[in-house]
Amino acid sequence: MSLTAKDKSLVKAFWGKIASKSDAIGAEALGRMLVVYPQTKTYFSHWPDTSPGSAPVKKHGKTVMGALGDAVGKIDDLVGGLSALSDLHAFKLRVDPGNFKILSHNILVTLGVHFPSDFTAEVHVAVDKFLAAVAAALADKYR
Amino acid sequence: MVDWTDFERSTILDIFSKMDYDTVGPKSLARCLVVYPWTQRYFGNFGNLYNAAAIMGNPMVAAHGKVVLHGLDRALKNMDDIRGTYAELSVLHSEKLHVDPDNFRLLADCLTIVVAAQMGAAFTADVQAAFQKFLAVVVSSLGRQYH
Repeated sequence: MSLTAKDKSLVKAFWGKIASKSDAIGAEALGRMLVVYPQTKTYFSHWPDTSPGSAPVKKHGKTVMGALGDAVGKIDDLVGGLSALSDLHAFKLRVDPGNFKILSHNILVTLGVHFPSDFTAEVHVAVDKFLAAVAAALADKYR
Repeated sequence: MVDWTDFERSTILDIFSKMDYDTVGPKSLARCLVVYPWTQRYFGNFGNLYNAAAIMGNPMVAAHGKVVLHGLDRALKNMDDIRGTYAELSVLHSEKLHVDPDNFRLLADCLTIVVAAQMGAAFTADVQAAFQKFLAVVVSSLGRQYH
């Protein structure tokens, strides 16, 4: 399910609209994930607090969403552009790739909450495809 | 048998009591057909589904969206035996409609996002968890009688 030219332009345009709220979106998506899918907390046993709005969640949400913003800029070659991040996830973090889908879902829910009129069905499918492509690029080095 | 906390039970009933079925039903089904286009396979006789605009404006999609959403009413009235409540509908979807049960999950995800957009900040993480738990039970029950 590769990204068409239309998908790419929809993603870029929408990301432009959400850029100013990027940190908050990342934090909220991560917070939702940790509550709605508690098994994901297993990756954060080193955090004193995994509740929504807590400092580690806010910080990490910002990191993740920032990286996604970078990925938008590399949308024409995600596997190449995310190579270092793929190394990180494959060899150091070893996050089960099933969780990429889970986080993606929570990003989509957060976008729906904050951009109810901009997050149309067409934008939704483009962003969903983009997040899936990023997930595939991150899992590229896993085995 | 599923255990519902008081919070979950009241949250779920509250969401549906305030829901605008005539908007949410059509929007959810249409979104599913756009975001997961392979689901269109079940709607060959619905006319024009050629692009997102056509799907969003299609009256048969809208009508069916309402039917499907109202299908959740029986689960709401029988939250302590959703599996039993949907046994017949599960057989129908398997034997007659031949719907891949994976599709129930796809529609549930779209419904979640439409409800999230309608409720805004009131759709907190805890509310999302309760809502998704309810839909997961429904989805599981609808897939239960497949063989």
